[in-house]
Amino acid sequence: MWDYNEKVKEYFLNPRNVGEIKNADAVGEAGSLACGDQLKLMLKVDDKGLITDAKFQTFGCGSAIASASALTEMIIGKTMDDVAKITNKDIVDYLGGLPVEKMHCSVMGHEALEAAVSNYYGESPETLEAKKKHVVCECFGVTDQEIISVVRDNKLLTVEDVTHYTKAGGGCMSCHDKIRAIIEKVSGEAEKTVVPKPEAKKLTNLQKVKLIEETFEKEIRPMLRADGGDIELIDIEGSRVTVSLRGMCSSCTSASFTLKKYIEPKLREFVSDDITVEEVKP
Amino acid sequence: MSQNLVYTDNNATTMVAPEVVEAMMPFFSQLYGNASSMHFFGGQIKKYVDDARGKVAALINADPAEIIFTSCGTESDNAAIRGILAAQPEKRHIITSRVEHPAVKNVFQHLGKNGYRVSEISVDRLGRIDLDELREKLDHETALVSIMWANNETGVIFPIQEIAELVKSRGAVFHTDAVQAAGKVSIDLHKTPVDLLSISGHKLHAPKGIGVLYLRKGVHCVPFMMGGHQESGRRAGTENVPYIVGLGRACELAHEFMSVEQREVARLRDLLESELTEKAIDASVNGDTEHRLPNTANISFKYIEGESILMLLSEVGIAASSGSACTSGSLEPSHVLRAMGIPFTRVHGSVRFSLSRYNTQDDMHFIVQHMLRIEKRLRDISPFGRDEINAH
Repeated sequence: MWDYNEKVKEYFLNPRNVGEIKNADAVGEAGSLACGDQLKLMLKVDDKGLITDAKFQTFGCGSAIASASALTEMIIGKTMDDVAKITNKDIVDYLGGLPVEKMHCSVMGHEALEAAVSNYYGESPETLEAKKKHVVCECFGVTDQEIISVVRDNKLLTVEDVTHYTKAGGGCMSCHDKIRAIIEKVSGEAEKTVVPKPEAKKLTNLQKVKLIEETFEKEIRPMLRADGGDIELIDIEGSRVTVSLRGMCSSCTSASFTLKKYIEPKLREFVSDDITVEEVKP
Repeated sequence: MSQNLVYTDNNATTMVAPEVVEAMMPFFSQLYGNASSMHFFGGQIKKYVDDARGKVAALINADPAEIIFTSCGTESDNAAIRGILAAQPEKRHIITSRVEHPAVKNVFQHLGKNGYRVSEISVDRLGRIDLDELREKLDHETALVSIMWANNETGVIFPIQEIAELVKSRGAVFHTDAVQAAGKVSIDLHKTPVDLLSISGHKLHAPKGIGVLYLRKGVHCVPFMMGGHQESGRRAGTENVPYIVGLGRACELAHEFMSVEQREVARLRDLLESELTEKAIDASVNGDTEHRLPNTANISFKYIEGESILMLLSEVGIAASSGSACTSGSLEPSHVLRAMGIPFTRVHGSVRFSLSRYNTQDDMHFIVQHMLRIEKRLRDISPFGRDEINAH
């Protein structure tokens, strides 16, 4: 059984605002029957753009019902402009957390809200469809836009995370490379804004080489070897470390991702926090 | 959670029978000797192990020498499949069904990635295996066929007699995972030419941590566990005496209660099914009701989702399981129901009630009463099938 917190259980057992609004001013739907969850969100909006009532109907698991309950409570009394800023993370925070495998339920809430906002501002379902034309995951019908927004809002780093949040990649797995590319792109953009850290204490080059080799052996090689790859230290120049990836890693499309997201953080943790890693092709 | 417990998840695990606990207790205290020891203290233990072996053999009408104790059903499946293939490395084709338990399914998948040609036999809408397809797929390269005796999700029983005869006539080895069948339906291995068969203790009121691999005399199987000479060198590791004794007692009880299982448990299951399908807004039974374990009911409630159902059942103390994607930990709903071509609208709302001889008629009425209430409640929230509720 999933480890739902008391608030999630309470919102599931006593769902808020279940039902239908006749002549709703905005309607948004997300999910599908095939995937095992669907949400229909209906809003009553006054002439100042204030949400006076919100109701939902959902087919889904405990956390889907709890997320939809929470969402309606969060948006009643707010303006359409305010709710446009709500993310799936806000829904999760409101509920005090969801099991990681269940994050997609909060994403479904966010998507239904987004659809309702677009519907309110007069975008027809067809334009919405057109916006979503780049489907990345065919199995669950997840688009690049949806993946980009969860990766950005929740700072996701792995394909598995994306699957937990959107279901993308949870079926035939053939889209994993595409998802990896999106994560790389989004997290690359985020990195540019990071402020550089202050200088760390100095190690001699010999100490550095020893520490790097040790970190490779204990932390990095076991992971690479599991995928049939390996790594070799080529040179160090100050804090700039050049390496060469071997075996399966040398041709792997996610090699640069592995380098920046796995190897570099490991070396920063165990050797020195100013290290940058670059790859030279053998 | 309420104090009340109505346990109907016996295909997942069963209550350890009080008689079994009682039989095991001395082996945790005064009778702690090693059955393989030379001295009197260990030596006296051996006769209890032999006695248990005899009781297990009697349940499936086998020779006690053909019974190997293992740690669980999954170990038995792994040992059977890998051991048979290791004994005949030149044959590279293996056959299974699309509806196996992960303990077989995932081993075949792994073998498929490592040079074996794997054929999967389909099932029809009622979960029945396609014997003609099996006949076509068998060829001179086929080393092993592994098809379960009865399915854990639907309870559908496969025609093992026919399958075993067919496989033997083509010179391949036949293994069957009988984890769900053993103790619930009669198994006669003098009559049915199965080569290897897996049993799990905790599915028949013995504790978790004990299993059996039946290995027919004359069938070559390379041991999976190597080490000492226990189990005649076929499964190394010190005999798990308390659990072996417990399993022996559980098999004896299963033998004794077999007719109760087939008459009384089946009657309760049928009562539950007919009440639910008649009174619910939209409920339907999955699987071949003609050839089915007496204890299993797999029922789909249309337009509502399994995890929500289980959580609400759980609130009133009812334990059951579901084939919904949300309860599996993966995002895929039941591979068994999907292989049967059951539409998504029904797979996500499937609930399995699996009974035991410890259930009562009151339990069934309690489940019906709450299940109908829960269905109504979730249908009221669901965006689908609104017209049907109003019509009901």
